[in-house]
Amino acid sequence: MAKTARVITITSGKGGVGKTTATANISAALAALGNKVVCIDADIGLRNLDVVLGLENRIVYDLVDVVEGRCKLRQAMIRDKRLEDLYLIPAAQTRDKNAVSPKDMIRICDELRKEYDFIIIDSPAGIERGFKNAIAPADEIVIVTNPEVSAVRDADRIIGIVEADQKGPAKLVINRINMEMVERGDMLAVADVLELLAVELIGIVPEDQAVLVSTNRGAPIALEPKSKTGQAFRDVARRLAGEEVAFSTANGGGNFFGRISKLIRPKAGS
Amino acid sequence: MRNFTNLFGGKKKSATMAKERLRLVLIHDRASLPPGVMDQLRDELIEVISRHIEVDRDAVRIEIVQDGRNQHLQAEIPIKPARVPLTD
Ligand SMILES: Nc1ncnc2c1ncn2[C@@H]1O[C@H](COP(=O)(O)OP(=O)(O)OP(=O)(O)O)[C@@H](O)[C@H]1O
Ligand SMILES: [Mg+2]
Repeated sequence: MAKTARVITITSGKGGVGKTTATANISAALAALGNKVVCIDADIGLRNLDVVLGLENRIVYDLVDVVEGRCKLRQAMIRDKRLEDLYLIPAAQTRDKNAVSPKDMIRICDELRKEYDFIIIDSPAGIERGFKNAIAPADEIVIVTNPEVSAVRDADRIIGIVEADQKGPAKLVINRINMEMVERGDMLAVADVLELLAVELIGIVPEDQAVLVSTNRGAPIALEPKSKTGQAFRDVARRLAGEEVAFSTANGGGNFFGRISKLIRPKAGS
Repeated sequence: MRNFTNLFGGKKKSATMAKERLRLVLIHDRASLPPGVMDQLRDELIEVISRHIEVDRDAVRIEIVQDGRNQHLQAEIPIKPARVPLTD
């Protein structure tokens, strides 16, 4: 049966907020739910999605090899060790960023659309060429931010660009929420960030040292059934797949949960 | 501005400060309007309007207000009562 994949790009503006971590976990969780998933590392020159997924040893060809015709698209697709319906197209590590154009990304995604359910693209930070490549083929944009002034400010900038580019409205994942700090009044709460950015929330991920541990192992935390953080990523995947999943208070809603439910879906056109 | 203390004289929570600062920063980022330009805009508006009608300069307030991700400029310009000379 012919499929028509949804292309979802994960981006942020500010660097280091958790785009690659989110891409790996959302992709793994979507595949674990039975979807056929390809994730593409669009961060040319700073390849990372391969190590986060633990697939670095299997790379033969990369995205630039595909674009420059040194291999077929299939040959650059690495199948995951754990999930048979999860594939990675790695970024090139050494070549220059301009080796890939937005048109190349659109062409590659169009070739994949018929056979997969989801194409998840890991965007580089910033608003340069790599970012433009990453959003060009996107049907939907997910913005990752942290509850912190510069990350929120940059997220707002990206939300505006995405809207102006007719790719909006973007959806938001707030990563690295620390409930103790929120309760102490030393970290922006989920409700604060939502009120400021006025976009739809699709994930609240706690700050968790286990994320680093799972990255050390090259095994996404979303595949650990008992992990709360893993659950938070699985919830994002289910929401993207169209399920209504309540935001649990344990995931960082805290006392603000009542306010959040009102803010999750801002009224249309606002 | 009471940026560092709350009503009870205590220290304002850092998250509250972050939110208040972000609110202003985002308003100006979205409008591509540096904060300093607002004062200039205010003075120019007063100048133009004063040519036709006497306004209470000190009470004029111009701000950008938000509705979701949309913003609009809101001006409150009180007019001074006309001093109609008494005639018999
Ligand atoms: N929820 C979390 N809790 C704790 N650590 C996290 C969490 N999410 C991400 N991290 C850590 O933050 C660091 C940056 O994450 P990541 O590489 O995913 O960010 P990025 O946005 O892709 O960065 P870049 O902009 O450089 O591509 C990593 O060390 C990662 O393990
Ligand atoms: Mg990254």
